Amino acid sequence: MILEILKGLGTTAKHLVRPPVTIQYPEVKRPVRYRFKGRHELKRYDNGLEKCIGCALCAAACPADAIFVEASENTDAQRYSPGERYASTYEINMLRCIFCGYCEDACPTEAIVLEHDYELSFVDRASAIYTKEMLIVPVPDSGTSTPQQVEAGSFDRAIPDMEDPK
Amino acid sequence: MSDLVSINVDGVDIEVPAGTTVVDAAMRADIQIPVFCHHPKLEPVGMCRMCLVRIGMPVRDRATGELLKEPDGSVQYNWGRTLQTGCTVRVAPGMHVVTNSAEAKDARDDIIEFLLTSHPLDCPICDKGGECPLQNLTMAHGGGTSRFNFNDKLTNDKSVPLGELIYLDRERCIQCARCTRFQSEIADDPVIAFHNRGRHLEIVTMSDPGFDSYWSGNTTDICPVGALTTADFRFGARPWELTPAATLSPHDAAGENITVSTRREAKSGGRVVVKRIMPRQNEWVNEIWISDRTRFVHHFAEAADRLKMPLVRKNGQLTPTTWDEALTLVAEKLAATGEQAAGLAGDRLSNEDLFMFQKLFRKALNKNNNIDLANKRLAGGDVTADVGIASGSNLGDLGKGDTIVVIATDLHEEVPIWWLRVKQASERGARLIVLNVRETRLDKHASFVMHYAPGQAIAVAGNLLEHDEEVATAVRDADNLVIFYGYEGLSYDETDALARTLGNLLLETEHVGRPNNGLIAVWPRNNTQGVWDMAVHPGLTPGYRADRNPGLDANAIYAGAESGDITALYIVGADPVGDGLMPGRGALDFMVVQELFLTETAQLADVVLPAQSWLERDGTFTNGERRVQRYNPAIQKVGDSRPDWQILAQVIEKITEGSEKTPFAASLVFSKEIAKSVRAYKDMDYRTLGQVVEQFPKVGGDDLYYGGTSYANEAGIGQQWSASAESKKPKKPFDVPELDVTRPAGLVLLRVAALYTPGTLNQYSELLHARMAKPTVMLHYADADQLGIADGMSLVLRVNGTELPATASIQDGVPSGVALLRGFAWRKGLESAEIVKVQTPITA
Repeated sequence: MILEILKGLGTTAKHLVRPPVTIQYPEVKRPVRYRFKGRHELKRYDNGLEKCIGCALCAAACPADAIFVEASENTDAQRYSPGERYASTYEINMLRCIFCGYCEDACPTEAIVLEHDYELSFVDRASAIYTKEMLIVPVPDSGTSTPQQVEAGSFDRAIPDMEDPK
Repeated sequence: MSDLVSINVDGVDIEVPAGTTVVDAAMRADIQIPVFCHHPKLEPVGMCRMCLVRIGMPVRDRATGELLKEPDGSVQYNWGRTLQTGCTVRVAPGMHVVTNSAEAKDARDDIIEFLLTSHPLDCPICDKGGECPLQNLTMAHGGGTSRFNFNDKLTNDKSVPLGELIYLDRERCIQCARCTRFQSEIADDPVIAFHNRGRHLEIVTMSDPGFDSYWSGNTTDICPVGALTTADFRFGARPWELTPAATLSPHDAAGENITVSTRREAKSGGRVVVKRIMPRQNEWVNEIWISDRTRFVHHFAEAADRLKMPLVRKNGQLTPTTWDEALTLVAEKLAATGEQAAGLAGDRLSNEDLFMFQKLFRKALNKNNNIDLANKRLAGGDVTADVGIASGSNLGDLGKGDTIVVIATDLHEEVPIWWLRVKQASERGARLIVLNVRETRLDKHASFVMHYAPGQAIAVAGNLLEHDEEVATAVRDADNLVIFYGYEGLSYDETDALARTLGNLLLETEHVGRPNNGLIAVWPRNNTQGVWDMAVHPGLTPGYRADRNPGLDANAIYAGAESGDITALYIVGADPVGDGLMPGRGALDFMVVQELFLTETAQLADVVLPAQSWLERDGTFTNGERRVQRYNPAIQKVGDSRPDWQILAQVIEKITEGSEKTPFAASLVFSKEIAKSVRAYKDMDYRTLGQVVEQFPKVGGDDLYYGGTSYANEAGIGQQWSASAESKKPKKPFDVPELDVTRPAGLVLLRVAALYTPGTLNQYSELLHARMAKPTVMLHYADADQLGIADGMSLVLRVNGTELPATASIQDGVPSGVALLRGFAWRKGLESAEIVKVQTPITA
C-alpha cells in the first residue's frame, strides 16, 4: 500500500517541477486549429471586389435562421462584386448562430468563411447583429475598396469560371 | 361536352376529352411528363423534346378493322420506331403511353444535359432560382455530370432590356418559345421574336418602345428559366424568402386574382414590403394571366406621401391629431347637421366600406338618403341585377354558336383581361359584334363591326335586330349571348338608357337567366358593382329595393354644397375637386375626407382621415360579372391608418352613443350585416368566398414546369350572385327614357380610355412613366385641315378654366367630326373643352 502512495506522490512531485499548462488568457491566446469554426468573415478578391454575390444561399442553408441578406444590382459605375448582384445588406445574428458552418458549405463563391475569432461578447441583443461592414475583411493591398468603377464587361460573371467538371 | 377517349398511361386507364395532348392527358391522371416548351394554354410545338415518351397504338387488321392479337391473346400494339413528344401527339382510342421506361428516362437525361451545355448555371444570382423548372428537372432527370466541355459554353452580355419592364438574359434562354408564342397566340402582340439560329438564337423585340404589350409580365411567369425577368422584381429577393398573400387587382372591373409576394426589408426600415405581384389562378376570372397594370401598379400603397395621421383644421391649417379627437369631431358635427349632411363615396372601396358608409347615413343619421357615388360615369347596376350575366358563367366557355356584343367600350384599354377572354372566345368560334364610335383593338377579331356617329349608341343597340340580317340572326339565334357595354362617348343618363335598351334586347331574345348569358357593365373601377349592391345610391336600399324617400344624388349634392343646402359633406375614397366635379368647398360648414393621399379635395377638408390601401387590409370586391371575391392583407398598415369600414363604424358608434358597436373584423361586417341586408349576398361569408375547387391546368406547386410560375388558388374563387332573371323573369321590359342624344354642331370631343392614364395611382409606379399615355388629341385629317392643326402640334385643352396641355395626332382610324382625347384623366367637362392651338402649323 505504501508503494501505491509513493507512486501517487511521485506523480504529484513530477508535476511540481513541470511548467504549467494553464495559459494567461486574455494576455496569452492559444492558437486554434486550422479548421476551427469561429466568427464569419466575408472575403474579398485580390482586386478588392467582394466575393459575396448576395445569393442568400447561406441564409437558406442556415438551420438557425441567423443570416439575413438583401441583394441589389451592380453596375459598372458602382461595382461591389462580380456579376449582376451584390449583397446590399448582410447581417448575422451571432446570438442565433450555432457555428455549424453550413453557410460556408452553401456559398457558391467561397465568400463566407468561419474564421478563427471566437471572442464574441455583447452587452445587448442589437449589438449581437453583425452587419456587412463588421463582417467584411479589409481591402487587400493589391485592391481598391468597393464600390469600384470598372470597365464595362470586365466582371460580368457572378461565379468564377469553374474547372471542366470531371 | 366533347367525346371522351380512353387511353392508358403507365398502366393507368384514363378518360380524357378528344383532342387532348398526351402530356395534358397524363397530367389529368397526376402522371407528370416533364416539359419545357409545352404550356397547357398554348398550342403545342414540340421544341424542347423533354416530353419524349413511347406511344403504342393497337394494331387493326386493315381488311376487317378487327384488333390483332398477340399469340398470348393480348392486344397487339405498334410501338413505333422512336420515342415521340407527348406534347404534340393527341390522344386516340386505345393508345398506350409509357412515360417511365429506361429508354424514356435516358432520353430526358440527354435532353437536360444538352440544354445545360449552353445554360450559364448562375442559379445563385438568378431570380428564377428556387422556382425554376430547369433547376427542378435537372435535379429529377439530369445525369449529374456533363460530357461537354464547360469552356465551350456560349457567353453573352447579361441582362438586355426588352423595354423598361422586362429584361432578357440570353444565355439562360433554352429556346422554348413560350414567350413568343404567348405574345402571338394569347396576347396578339407579336412584338418579340426569335432572331438568328442555333446557339446564336436570341429573343429580340421589334416594337418601339421595346416589348410594347400590356401583357409582357406574363412571359416572365411562363418562362421556364430565368431568361425573362421583370424590372420590378430584379434581385428583389429569393423566391423562398417571400410570403404570399392572396388578393385582387384593385384596378379594373374584372377583379383579376393575384398573389402579392412580400418580404420584410432592412432597406425599408424593417417594413414588410411588396416585392412582386403574380397571377393567382382563377379560370372563371383571369385564368393565369394578369395585365401589366395589375402587376406593376402597386407602389402607391407604399408611397412616402400616404396620409399617416388624422388631420384636423385648426386656425386654417390641417394639423395632426389623435383618432379619438378627429372621430369625435366628425360624429358631433354630422349628428348636429342631420338632414343637411350628405355623403359621396368612391368606387375603389370594398363592399364592407360601402355598406358602412350607407349605414352611417341611413341608420346613424336617421334615414338620411343623401348619399351617392362621387364620380358617376356608367349606370345600369339595377339592370345588371336583373339581367346581368347569370351565375355559373365563364367567359372561357363561350365558343361556337355563341355571340358576344361589345358596345361603347374599348376593352383592351379598360379591362384588358376581358379583352383577352372575348378575343379567345371569338377564336373559339363565337361571333363577336363590336359597336363603337371608333376603331378599337377588338375590331380585328370581330365578325361584325359598326362605327356609329357619336350619341347613336342607344339607337344602334335598339335596332340591332333590324339593322343587318346576319347580325340579327347572330344575336337572336345565339346559343348564348353576352353583352358588354361601357360609357365611351356617352353621358351618365345615356348609359342608363343604353343599359335598359340592351336589357330589353336580352329579354326579347330570351338570353337571360341561364349561365353564359346576360349583360356585363364595363365599370370604370374595381368595385362600381359593389357601390350598386351596397346601395350607395340615393334612391335604393341594400338589395336593390327602391327607397320611398329618395335623397339627393351626386349632382344635387354638388349643387347643394355650392348653394348652402348641404352644410356637411363626408367624402370617402373620391376626389371630386380633382375630377372637376366640385369647384371648391362652396358654402359647406364642415367637410370630412377619408383618403390615402392629401388630394385636392382633402386639402380643402376640415377633417382628413387616413385610410388603409387594399394591400393593408381585407375585404371583398364584386366584379363586373357580379362575382364577389375576397382579398387578404399583404403588408402592415402605413402610419396610423385604419380600414375605411372601421373608421365609418367608429363614427357610427360615436353618433349612436355606443348602441351600434364597431365590428371586430371585416369578415363580421360581411357575415353579420351585408349578408343579412343584401338579398343576393345572403348565402355568402368569408368562408364560402374562400372555397376552392380543382382547376385545370394545374399550376403552382411541384409541377411548376407545367403551367409556369403562377400561384395555385388556395384562397377562394369567389361566388357569383344570381341575377333576378334566374329565379323569376321580370314581368315587363325596362322603360327606356327618351333622351335627346344630339351632339352640338362642330367637332365632337370624346375621351377614350388608356390603360396607363396619368393619374393618382399610376404615377407612383416609376417603371411605367415612359409608358404613360401622352395627352393626345387624335383627329381625322379633314378636321385637322379645317382647324389648321398639324400632326405633332402642341395644343391646350381649356376645361372650365383649367388648361391641359396636349399634342395633336392625325390618324387614319379617327372618324371624321370627332376628336379623340387619349391620355387624360377623367375630368368633368373634358368633352366640352375648347381646343386652343399653341403654335401655328409649320407650312412648307
